[in-house]
Amino acid sequence: MNKDYEFIDHTYDVVVVGAGGAGLRATLGLAEAGLSTACLTKVFPTRSHTVAAQGGISAALGNMGEDDWRFHFYDTIKGSDWLGDQDAIEYMCREAIPAIIELEHQGVPFSRTEDGRIYQRPFGGMTTHYGKGIAQRTCAAADRTGHAILHTLYQQSLAHDARFFIEYFALDLIMDEEGACRGVLALDMAEGTLHLFRAQGVVLATGGYGRAYFSATSAHTCTGDGGGMALRAGLGMQDMEFVQFHPTGIYGAGCLITEGVRGEGGILRNSNGERFMERYAPNAKDLASRDVVSRSMTIEIREGRGVGPHKDHINLDLTHLDPKDIHEKLPGIAESAKIFAGVDVEKQPIPVIPTVHYNMGGIPTNYHGEVVQLRNGDPDAVVPGLYAIGEAACVSVHGANRLGSNSLLDLVVFGRAVANRCAETITPGAAQKDLPADACDRALANLDRLRNAKGATPTAEIRNNMQRAMQADAAVFRTGETLAEGVKKIRDIHASFGDVRVSDRSLVWNSDLVETLELQNLLGQALTTIVSAENRTESRGAHAREDFPDRDDANWQKHTVCWVDDAGNTHIDYRPVHMYTLSGDVDVVPPKPRVY
Amino acid sequence: MAEFTLPKNSKISAGKHFPAPAGAKNVRTFKVYRWNPDDSANPRTDTYDVDLDTCGPMVLDALIKIKNEIDPTLTFRRSCREGICGSCAMNIDGTNTLACTRAISDCAKKEVPIYPLPHMAVVKDLVPDLTHFYAQYASIRPWLRTQTPAPPDRERLQSKEDRALLDGLYECILCACCSTSCPSYWWNGDRYLGPAILLQAYRWIIDSRDEDTGARLDELEDPFKLYRCHTIMNCARTCPKGLNPARAIGEIKQLMLARRG
Repeated sequence: MNKDYEFIDHTYDVVVVGAGGAGLRATLGLAEAGLSTACLTKVFPTRSHTVAAQGGISAALGNMGEDDWRFHFYDTIKGSDWLGDQDAIEYMCREAIPAIIELEHQGVPFSRTEDGRIYQRPFGGMTTHYGKGIAQRTCAAADRTGHAILHTLYQQSLAHDARFFIEYFALDLIMDEEGACRGVLALDMAEGTLHLFRAQGVVLATGGYGRAYFSATSAHTCTGDGGGMALRAGLGMQDMEFVQFHPTGIYGAGCLITEGVRGEGGILRNSNGERFMERYAPNAKDLASRDVVSRSMTIEIREGRGVGPHKDHINLDLTHLDPKDIHEKLPGIAESAKIFAGVDVEKQPIPVIPTVHYNMGGIPTNYHGEVVQLRNGDPDAVVPGLYAIGEAACVSVHGANRLGSNSLLDLVVFGRAVANRCAETITPGAAQKDLPADACDRALANLDRLRNAKGATPTAEIRNNMQRAMQADAAVFRTGETLAEGVKKIRDIHASFGDVRVSDRSLVWNSDLVETLELQNLLGQALTTIVSAENRTESRGAHAREDFPDRDDANWQKHTVCWVDDAGNTHIDYRPVHMYTLSGDVDVVPPKPRVY
Repeated sequence: MAEFTLPKNSKISAGKHFPAPAGAKNVRTFKVYRWNPDDSANPRTDTYDVDLDTCGPMVLDALIKIKNEIDPTLTFRRSCREGICGSCAMNIDGTNTLACTRAISDCAKKEVPIYPLPHMAVVKDLVPDLTHFYAQYASIRPWLRTQTPAPPDRERLQSKEDRALLDGLYECILCACCSTSCPSYWWNGDRYLGPAILLQAYRWIIDSRDEDTGARLDELEDPFKLYRCHTIMNCARTCPKGLNPARAIGEIKQLMLARRG
């Protein structure tokens, strides 16, 4: 098998896969620490999906009123519906403050307050004094915060002379017989050549797998390639049943309208013009957690109070806002609403619908970004040489539901953490053992099969089947019945990949092949998602079971871990939630009812 | 009589025609540039008749429908589909723009021509080689350059007015629509930085936090890097984000004049 393919060898101290917010922050930190670092990315860095984040990045700076990172800690735990690991949440919320200051020092063009400080806006679930007041904690660059941060991080990477391999598609992790990660095999899309990157550490920063669903705010490129590689390497994925539906995707197009719109005073209205969130969340109203708002909207539509000719969506009303504020703080969504919904936001409401947005689940890690697995009874066994950060990872700081503006934060905090960890544990230039002769055999066999796949079903058809099934059966509300049906459908679709047809046989920029490899990554994660969802017989955060409407802490306050083998057989086990903190500065928050 | 030899691959032939399915009532035709370096053939334009009743509203929706249902070998870049990542920049209906924000109904020509960004080397089909464009971006050292240490535990202060100077600049998505619409960049793209990169240069020159304005201007003081802008204004006309690179270039030239005294 090896004889048919030649590859170009590279050796680095660390290889980062992905150049979004997390990957770039890690890359520049690693380069700064003197480690030889390569960053592989399937798109030019500023095209990564971090660029589409709008509303902001949370940190208890207190620029716009009283705040404390302990309030942020509490809000994040409550937002996670007590599935988040409290040591990691403490780390993230405390490190948020220096991380945002660092971003500003790096040049992020944040919006400003009258006294020249970073502007902060209210966001869902962000409170002061443990739920009593509304916090202004979300640091914003108008409504283009992700764009501003991603471009700045890329600029910093240029300043630090990091080595990029752009439009390289990572195929598989290279694991050794002891279960350590030793590198990654990648395809140079422009040349059609294979590159074997050996490294002491591989950091997966590959983002989420939103495109497992039919309608998602996620980019076409959000195909969870790191998760797919981890599954093929025999690693388990954590908390995959928790998929966040953003309340305000544009009806039809699915493009994101930031929660910052509601932070700036926008209101959700049903067909009666009623501000219905007052009934579901009397205190937080439109700024309740995303899972709560998405469920409320779905109930309104179900009960016949949706808007439009089919009464199947909801209005997001900004018409009462000062046009000057819209122009200054929300220019990007005014543009998106015009282009994708034909709406002038100063005069008409935006038609919106809950839309798949974020994967709380991912590759399990500790708060250093080291990948952990359940091994011989140890739930925190580190996989040597392998790291995961950002949406690809499940640290878990978001638990069962992520708060808005905690995602950009997760990227920079854990991107930095993984760089620090590698700087502590990896010796620059240390000799690397030879790889076993068969190290790439499985990866090459897979590539060879797909390159020459002559089955009956085109990639796009299998992908469409998967997306439709996930959309129908793993939605905002779930029941045992729909999930069982969904599991059966996804198992069949997963199996149908054996009959895939790739039409493009060329070497250069073969996007038909790349989309097929991406579909393979998506399928593994679609399967773990729906199997984990059927398995969890309670409602928690974004996982709402109509047949089990209550949270069940006695039986289910634990992380799901799900494995898939090559034949599509799944296996589930559990890791405990970390109910401890890192320091004495903050106390563990024990579970209690979650009311907004 | 002078004889001219056209460069390789500059003759484009008519390609295949993919008719719409029988019964389709609302059909629009797209003529798409195709070139594959793996075969030795010259480029061609393939003609795709697309049933708009089963297609989304944007040109990118049509391209994706073609790739999914008609011809999986059609190759183009795309990612966010909402006009923020800059991947799907191409020449549509005679104008450089993003396929994802260009409505099919806004295209004037009956048969909509779709070509890669003009005057760039083509990697395959609608995928241009942007290596040089990115290298030019890196060449202006586009990051915050300061002498004064930042305050240790808080942000640098910037007034709302100073921050407002970055509006219309920082939003650039590096799609290269403007630079590849500029005749001056077509002729002198090897040395002229072009509108996109000069807009970025001005974004740092005008940032109140940056302390390297003099060096930034020195780096642009060159007959080619800056002064090949002849205010043709194609850049401002074509920018899919509504930015005005020509104005930024004008501002840089003003600063050059001002410091000469």
